[in-house]
Amino acid sequence: MTAMTDHAAPVETIDAEAVNSKDNRELYAARKKVFPKRASGWFRGLKWWIMAVTLGIYYITPWLRWDRGVYAPDQAVLIDLANRRFYFFFIEIWPQEFYYVAGLLVMAGIGLFLVTSTVGRAWCGYTCPQTVWVDLFVVVERFFEGDRNARIKLDAAPWTSNKIIKRTMVHTSWLLIAIATGGAWIFYFADAPTLFLDLVTGNAASIAYATVAVLTFTTYVFGGLMREQVCTYMCPWPRIQAAMLDEDSLTVTYNDWRGETRSRHAKKAVAEGKLVGDCVDCNACVAVCPMGIDIRDGQQLECITCALCIDACDTVMDKIGKERGLISYATLRDYNVNMAIATAGSETVQPDLVRPDKSGLSPSLAQTTWRSIVRPRTIAYTAIWGSIGLALLIALSLRDRLDINVLHDRNPVFVLLSDGSIRNGFEIKILNMIPQPRTFRIELQGLQSATMSVAGSNENLGQSFDIEVPSDKLLATKVFVRMPRDQITATNQSFRFTVSEIGGLEQASYDARFEAPEEVIGK
Amino acid sequence: MTVKETDELSGTETTGHEWDGIKELNSPLPRWWLWTFYATVVFAIGYSLYYPAIPLIKGATAGISGYSSRAEVAKDIAMAAEAQSGIIERTRNSTIDQIATDDELRRFAVSAGKSAFKVYCVQCHGSGAQGAPGYPNLNDDEWIWGGDLETIHISISHGIRNDQDDDARLSEMPAFGVDELLERSEIAAAANYVLKLSGQEHDAALLGEGETVFADNCAACHGEAGKGDREQGAPDLTDAIWLYGSTPELILTQINRPKHGVMPPWLERLGDVTVKQLAVYVHGLGGGEDSEPE
Repeated sequence: MTAMTDHAAPVETIDAEAVNSKDNRELYAARKKVFPKRASGWFRGLKWWIMAVTLGIYYITPWLRWDRGVYAPDQAVLIDLANRRFYFFFIEIWPQEFYYVAGLLVMAGIGLFLVTSTVGRAWCGYTCPQTVWVDLFVVVERFFEGDRNARIKLDAAPWTSNKIIKRTMVHTSWLLIAIATGGAWIFYFADAPTLFLDLVTGNAASIAYATVAVLTFTTYVFGGLMREQVCTYMCPWPRIQAAMLDEDSLTVTYNDWRGETRSRHAKKAVAEGKLVGDCVDCNACVAVCPMGIDIRDGQQLECITCALCIDACDTVMDKIGKERGLISYATLRDYNVNMAIATAGSETVQPDLVRPDKSGLSPSLAQTTWRSIVRPRTIAYTAIWGSIGLALLIALSLRDRLDINVLHDRNPVFVLLSDGSIRNGFEIKILNMIPQPRTFRIELQGLQSATMSVAGSNENLGQSFDIEVPSDKLLATKVFVRMPRDQITATNQSFRFTVSEIGGLEQASYDARFEAPEEVIGK
Repeated sequence: MTVKETDELSGTETTGHEWDGIKELNSPLPRWWLWTFYATVVFAIGYSLYYPAIPLIKGATAGISGYSSRAEVAKDIAMAAEAQSGIIERTRNSTIDQIATDDELRRFAVSAGKSAFKVYCVQCHGSGAQGAPGYPNLNDDEWIWGGDLETIHISISHGIRNDQDDDARLSEMPAFGVDELLERSEIAAAANYVLKLSGQEHDAALLGEGETVFADNCAACHGEAGKGDREQGAPDLTDAIWLYGSTPELILTQINRPKHGVMPPWLERLGDVTVKQLAVYVHGLGGGEDSEPE
């Protein structure tokens, strides 16, 4: 053993680290609470309006009435799953007309391309339900607990009775909003006043309560507890939308070509002869951010472009007497131009290049103009979007409210009758797609000597008969067509069923065939 | 040697994986994600205990809810039966003509009759009731025993030529050739005459003998003019429809050694309601005749 020790080479110390050792990794990060401060300004005002309109549409729509006569529901917007009808004001859609909805979805997709390529993630920042409801929940939170600093303080405080009361009020209000949200949803699927009465008296279907419960839970959890986590971790939208941006898209931008070098003691610095930018590093933009990020770090995944930092910064700029727009909607192209001016090829921003005469901003700086909105890409999107919309409108205004479908009996295809004549059976389906019963005339065309009869009756109806179809219904009728043997000239004769409205103009037809066995031809 | 790498821009550690110069950041997962995962595990355990879940050698654990999809189906069927009980009771208490004239009862009977037909009748009459040689086509207007509702109902109830039901319809045509009741030439003449009755090609020279043979041997059942007699179940020989075929050879065979179809009685087996529904369905296939006024 000693020999081995004597002859062994010295042990080499490897420069290695257990990168995945417990101390080196944080596998799971706890959510850091965000306490957005109230902002005020143009964008905040716009967001209040959008919030009022979108919530208003959501909660009020099911209660709007629309008279469709006695045969159809009078709810303006109704998705009647049981009867498979979709009502939207003066439009009624049957399941086979669902392509109108598909068309709307295509429009929504292209509309998203258009909006995103023009003004970035405007959907996220202004109209996404997650954003709107979080905004509403924050209002509630602020009402009971106060603005940012008070909320931070309360959150850190021990559980006194004051805190318990405030938190109870907040969560109770959130739950009530959540219940109202879930409740409003189901009103789209049934007569709202009736369902409301059933709900409060405990007579509604269990699926209604289950739906309300699920939506209450998700609204409460997503709007109250998870907030920005939903956008950052759960939603695929940010990833998709990011791919639609280009250098001409307007995004919320911190103009560091103007803001840097940021300084909290600008006057002192200037007095010392140092060059500083417009940013006073007051962190107002950070405090108002509902996503808990710093826009000055540049474009980032978490930013929903709600523009509240613009409002916050503009307020500060007004106060210190600088031009607004240190944080602004800007395109990457403009930003790059301005950055080039501000740096003039060097590594850092030089404020004297931005303000050459020590007061106003340089006139050579790029300004956001209408050109960033009206450009080939957005024009193309608008044209496509508009064309689809126009096509849908035209299709909608020209669509038939009467349809006929005919199924030829396949088993047996034809029946030999005792007098040698041949009979074919057809299942005729007439779709009366308006909420009004109508009478239609069914006629045979192109089968001169044939006669019709209806299953269950032996009455010879000749070449036509009338039939009443109930309001907004499909009526299936079994019709037998009979041809004398000597009139049959081919195993397969084309003819047409037509259906026309009595006392109206609508018509529809179906090309059918009369089939006969080979042995009877010419006999 | 693994070295911990840090992304310059974000200051986040990378995983070391690289694609086209882009490195994956080793960002921590949100903690709530972990809790959600634990919640699903807890849910799965609860679910496995509540519902039948774990397969055993025979069957599976029953679960504390005692749920079974079979019981669920049984419940659904019971509910459907419960929902239909009213209309079934009304069908039971109505005559077949009343069923046919009541729109609701008739529609129900046609649907129910169609399903019953698919189970009990298609083996002989075919899935479209189109029949086959020896098995009548029920779509046409030729009826051996009668085609009004009541008569069809009786035919289905008691069947034809069976020995289970005393009221089964019964008729038998003598085997004129095999039993040597007629000479070969007489049979040929009769067959030739039958071809003429139905307007088919025939030998005019044999008509005289054929008419005599027919009048002496066949007219008692099939009638002087060959129009048949439904009371006796004797088919009309003048029309275009032939149960066993219309060619001279097949007619000869039928006179020589007649075939007779058999149908079981269905009333006892299927019950009154189903038989009524079957009758309404068959009557509505296209050849049903109007009931005779009483």
